[in-house]
Amino acid sequence: MTQAVLERPNHATGGAVRPPEAAGDEEAVFVTLTLADQLCGVPVLSVRDILGQQSITRIPLAPPEIAGSLNLRGRIVTAIDLRQRLRLPPAPPETVPMSVVAEQRGELYALLVDQVSEVLSLPASSFERNPPTLPPVWAAHSAGIYRLKERLMVVLDVARLLAITADRP
Amino acid sequence: MDDLLADFLTETSESLAELDVALVKLEQTPDDHATLSQIFRLVHTIKGTCGFLGLPRLERVAHAGENVLGKLRDRQLSATPGIITAILAGLDRIKAIVGGLAETGEEPAGDDTALIAALNEAAAGHAHAPLAAAPEPPAAPEPPPAVAESAKPASPASAGPSPAAPPAASSAAPAAEAAEPAVAGQTIRVGVDVLEHLMTLVSELVLTRNQLLQLARSQENAALAVPLQRLSHITSDLQEGVMKTRMQPISNAWNKLPRLVRDLSHELAKKIELVMIGADTELDRQVLELIKDPLTHMVRNSGDHGLETPAERLAAGKPETGRITLNAFHEGGHIIIEIADDGRGLPLDRIRAKILKQGLASEADLAAMSENEVQRFIFHAGFSTASVVTAVSGRGVGMDVVKTNIERIGGTIELKSVAGQGTTFTIKIPLTLAIVSALIVQSGGERFAIPQISVVELVHAKAGAADGQPAIERINETPVLRLRDRLLPLVALNDLLRLSGDAANVSTETPRYIVVVQVGANTLGIIVDRVFDTEEIVVKPVAPILRHLTLFSGNTILGDGSVIMILDPNGIARAAGIGAVGESRQIAAASVEAASSGEKTAMLLFRAGSSEPKAVPLGLVARLEDIPRERIELASGGLVTQYRGKLMPLVAMDGGASESERQSVLVFSDRGRAMGLMVDEIVDVVDAELSIQLSATRPGVLGTAVVAGRATDVIDIGFWLTQAFEDWFRGTEEGAPLAAARVLVVEDSAFFRQLLVPTLTAAGYRATAVGSAAAALKLRDAGQRFEAIVSDIEMPDMDGFAFVRTLRAGGTWSALPIIALSGRAGAEDVEAGRDAGFTDYVVKFERDALLTSLRQCLAPPVAA
Repeated sequence: MTQAVLERPNHATGGAVRPPEAAGDEEAVFVTLTLADQLCGVPVLSVRDILGQQSITRIPLAPPEIAGSLNLRGRIVTAIDLRQRLRLPPAPPETVPMSVVAEQRGELYALLVDQVSEVLSLPASSFERNPPTLPPVWAAHSAGIYRLKERLMVVLDVARLLAITADRP
Repeated sequence: MDDLLADFLTETSESLAELDVALVKLEQTPDDHATLSQIFRLVHTIKGTCGFLGLPRLERVAHAGENVLGKLRDRQLSATPGIITAILAGLDRIKAIVGGLAETGEEPAGDDTALIAALNEAAAGHAHAPLAAAPEPPAAPEPPPAVAESAKPASPASAGPSPAAPPAASSAAPAAEAAEPAVAGQTIRVGVDVLEHLMTLVSELVLTRNQLLQLARSQENAALAVPLQRLSHITSDLQEGVMKTRMQPISNAWNKLPRLVRDLSHELAKKIELVMIGADTELDRQVLELIKDPLTHMVRNSGDHGLETPAERLAAGKPETGRITLNAFHEGGHIIIEIADDGRGLPLDRIRAKILKQGLASEADLAAMSENEVQRFIFHAGFSTASVVTAVSGRGVGMDVVKTNIERIGGTIELKSVAGQGTTFTIKIPLTLAIVSALIVQSGGERFAIPQISVVELVHAKAGAADGQPAIERINETPVLRLRDRLLPLVALNDLLRLSGDAANVSTETPRYIVVVQVGANTLGIIVDRVFDTEEIVVKPVAPILRHLTLFSGNTILGDGSVIMILDPNGIARAAGIGAVGESRQIAAASVEAASSGEKTAMLLFRAGSSEPKAVPLGLVARLEDIPRERIELASGGLVTQYRGKLMPLVAMDGGASESERQSVLVFSDRGRAMGLMVDEIVDVVDAELSIQLSATRPGVLGTAVVAGRATDVIDIGFWLTQAFEDWFRGTEEGAPLAAARVLVVEDSAFFRQLLVPTLTAAGYRATAVGSAAAALKLRDAGQRFEAIVSDIEMPDMDGFAFVRTLRAGGTWSALPIIALSGRAGAEDVEAGRDAGFTDYVVKFERDALLTSLRQCLAPPVAA
């Protein structure tokens, strides 16, 4: 369903707008991941680690998108449930979550996703800005869209994903 | 060579290396003020330290260098190559002397007059023509020859007159180099990042070890067991060792101070006593390093600026010997270090004048500032109020450096100064890296750590009273624990953290564990599901997005590799509504134990609404009445009854209006008016030693006390009276003009305090209560103002008589009306009270008498 929403405006705009920084044939490298069947990507340079299933300590009273904290080789990493963050339904119980570890201002965060797949090198020419009709939650956390052959990949903006405020309902 | 000297040498070698770099940088960018300040501070520190170590030669050279640098910093001179060369020559000399020191432990003999003269010339020669010297090249070359001349003969000169010290004098450079290995042999300086990395590796090693142990347990392989055991031990030792490398007692930073203070007192001809408390408080090594210099600066400042000369002290009525107190302790996830002196306090006038002179604030700004805000200006760079620049301090480096250093490690610095009484600096440093011992508990299926330092005891309790066993009781829904004849407020961790877990289906009959924690003056029980062991943990700060959770002070990784949240007892108390009350209440709580000093009060016990007994001091009840049901009438929306020819309003307490034929009523009367409180049943009158141990959040209840062995709500009469007459305490003819009068209540019994404050407040006074004469005197010294004081007579430590005599002896409160409040009111008691200086003498609980007396005491200025 999400995909349908994403694709429609894409046909409409047809690659009209191209960000100036994406000009040329430079390639950007992304770690791809899946969230509720949507392909997403995180710039590979912002990824510190990929983790399999971890034991996560719940943190009472924390915002709902914070799944807890985990121990990554002696460092405490805050785990963010990306499904919660993007207002997606909870993962089906058989999913074994994986996480992508990113660093922000010296702190490590583990982004819990359904599946981490391959690392892709994508040409800037296939980059699109967010279609204006993207749902606000997605638009707020996406830096743009890449047109892949088979499907579309949403570039997640790690900094904005981590900008969780305490008083958000 | 003593440790002090070794430390000095290590530090100085580092400073000198830094100086070389900084000076060269300054030569390239002469206008770089930050570099200049850095250079100045480094030289200042060298000079300051060697003064105390008794190194006159080094001090003289450094002082001369500092003079030049001071001029540069104040822009009276420009940093020309000539001047830089002069300073570098000075530094080389310092290096040579330090080299000699490292080798022999004594200053090499030598003559520096030529060098010092050159430096002074550099300082003075250009001081006449500030700035003008900068652009003109001809002006610059002048000093170098002077320096070159003086520098050259200096080396031979030092060799010449002192054949006794040839190794130091022969050549400056080799000596300085030779110094390094000698110093390096004692300590190795390791970067904290290296230690951090080690720590991480050790943590991983521990995890791997634990996994191995688990595997070994399931496999029963004897051949593996022994070496594994050894590995396990070594790992533990290694972990401990690595942790230890980062922790040091604060005494390491303090051990220089006694000597410093001793020398200081000689130098300044003052008598100074240094008191050090909590020297074994452990600090992270990095933190310790960073606060060492600030502490030294501050103690020096306290001695130099803070304390008066013996003559001044005697004149001010203080002991001849001034005292500097250092106090370090852990508090709620922080390390607090207090540096207090009992000297003259900060000179506000001088600070104000200096602020104006330096243009840091306008006169209007100043006028709007509180004293503390003005005082805080001493943390500004270049701010010094000392009128004379001494070798000790007064150049305006110091407090700004102190503040910068402390803030760099995430700490804060506060100051409190009272003229004539001294200054206290409070440094608060986060416990970020410190290791604490913590109790691991479980609640709602999750484990948490509670810092052991705040845990008083563990209680295993059952719901429902069992024989002699501690039991959880409930007042309404609020759980409390009766523990050794005291009531302990309880909070369930499950509820507080909104953890459902297995808590929902645990019946109250299940035995529970209660962790009794001390938070400030309050004690509090935390109900948990399970208690595990204690463990040494390294406190790590939580991620920024979790900082708003005040219930946690940090998180940590346990030995088994799991992450665990560390509970903050302060946060829990706040969340539970304990300790969130105002200061007077906290003072009250602190003296709760002292308050039950054997004063017995007749209490009327009754029931209303629920089966728990309620109590009210009998002295407040005018009469007990039993009114037939038919005589209770409804008028203007409320219940009334005809009582002695007047209508008396009736107030039902918690549904206290029963359906029975007759209604029990407690009658309270005041100035011709009366109200009745309808209750279910009057139970008893008991003489009880009263101390209110739980202050209630419900209106109408003062708090809970143990009366006749049961948890009993003590009701707040003031509240119920106003339920009947909104203007109960106000509507009288005399009330109005005194409305804003401030009254201080000094009373050791928490119960009477809590009774008096609402009474006085309701009567239109602004009442403040404290629990002891000492606390009252503190308020006086803090500059608080009151129009009248109501004081108890029998109090521990300082009784009412002594208190009033102290007040009358002088100070801002010497002329205040002071009313004595006592259980005894014989003629001789009253006489003794008046002799001591009390204005009036009132028997406890006679509210009318007290209010009348207050009115009379406060009336004269109105009448006159």
